[in-house]
Amino acid sequence: MTEIRMKVNGSVESLDVEPWVSLLDALRERLGLTGPKKGCDQGACGACTVLADGMRINSCLALAVQYDGREITTIEGVAHPLQEAFVRHDGFQCGYCTSGQICSAIGMLAEHAAGMPSAVTGSGELSEAEVRERMSGNLCRCGAYNGIVDAIMDVAGKDPR
Amino acid sequence: MRPFAYVKPTDVEAAVRAAATEPGAKYLGGGTNLVDLMREGIERPDTVVDVTGLPLDTVEELPGGGLRIGALVRNSVLAADGRVRARYPVLSQALLAGASAQLRNMATVGGNLLQRTRCPYFYDGASACNKREPGSGCDAIDGFNRGHAILGVSESCIATHPSDMAVALAALDAVVEVRGVNGPRRIPLTDFHRLPGHTPEIETELGPGDLVTAVELPPLTAASRYRKVRDRASYAFALVSVAAALRVQDGTVAEVRLALGGVATKPWRAREAERILLGGPADEAAFRHAAEVELAAASVRPGNAFKAGLAVATITATLRELTSTGGTAR
Repeated sequence: MTEIRMKVNGSVESLDVEPWVSLLDALRERLGLTGPKKGCDQGACGACTVLADGMRINSCLALAVQYDGREITTIEGVAHPLQEAFVRHDGFQCGYCTSGQICSAIGMLAEHAAGMPSAVTGSGELSEAEVRERMSGNLCRCGAYNGIVDAIMDVAGKDPR
Repeated sequence: MRPFAYVKPTDVEAAVRAAATEPGAKYLGGGTNLVDLMREGIERPDTVVDVTGLPLDTVEELPGGGLRIGALVRNSVLAADGRVRARYPVLSQALLAGASAQLRNMATVGGNLLQRTRCPYFYDGASACNKREPGSGCDAIDGFNRGHAILGVSESCIATHPSDMAVALAALDAVVEVRGVNGPRRIPLTDFHRLPGHTPEIETELGPGDLVTAVELPPLTAASRYRKVRDRASYAFALVSVAAALRVQDGTVAEVRLALGGVATKPWRAREAERILLGGPADEAAFRHAAEVELAAASVRPGNAFKAGLAVATITATLRELTSTGGTAR
């Protein structure tokens, strides 16, 4: 067992975890934060996306011990215009991928604002093609992509914070 | 996941010592490949040496105009680095063509080099795979091999090397810095990965305890580009990818570097094509001829025979694109 301390959604949590426990399992099973979902458990679907110090990651491929001392934000700690925008634009059907989509979109908007490039272009306003490329790590098996892109486009450029 | 001991050293020597003295030790970087492989039971380390606490996460200028990239620089950070974007666009483009934003935020340069094939038979414990279980055979050779390699293959293995970044590094004449129990050494990227031969389970020149500490890039004066062809527009491994750098003078190829991904068992430097192109005309017929000569060595299976033609077309298109930007554009 290794003792780790993380600031999760604003509160400091101390946990004893085995080194092979993923960050996703630690959040879900130990802290009761079931917002991050276990979709594929192999880094292919993005349903487990959380923010680590503001940067989006796949928590299923992260070992909890590697995130000792870090600040983690799950959907439970999010209050963001994207949430209403997803409702307004029908950005989901079953909802299973939604918490990952929204955490990912928050990280994506921050990356874009910081000037980080994508395979599509790199700078300027977010186009629909940019959003689709930058969000390609989040799958939606219901196929609600049009609503997801609309919701993000609605919020992008409107000062998301 | 199978239990393991976990250590997180804070200096390179301690990390090398820890990994060298534990026979079943593996280094852990961002975890995007190793954690998955451990969960699948393919990697079964007794000790995991977490190297993310080591001071290897900076990009530094080298005397003479090159760059030294620390092994722990995250893929997303490297792709966004202004010096890389300005001087080595092929590298930034290759990084951004790989994986997803979340994975790029986690993955390290060293880990990217050491990622293992995504051959489905390698992942499936019920299949024969000489890489996973030496001597068990290869179910890919007569199986579903649409994604498999056509260059550098052997009777033992036709698995592709999955990296995009390493293809750009192969074209750029990058050098891998390694620290081992006997001190530091440098390995050209094109010699770093091994062809499968009869020992596909041995994938690199690294020995027990060897740690990748950095990648060095020599200066590049030619224009460069990465082009990736895949089944989806984003977030998919390459069917074919091309990393190219080209400098044209008076209609003649004055400098060319060419490397291929998605078609070979290791990041593939297309030296035969380069040799034909150098000093010749910078036109489409010459590009296509050189690509065809390079791909003449291809050993195809029914499922992946299309890759030879696709590679020729992609090489030709990438070089043409570099010519149309004058051979000088970044």
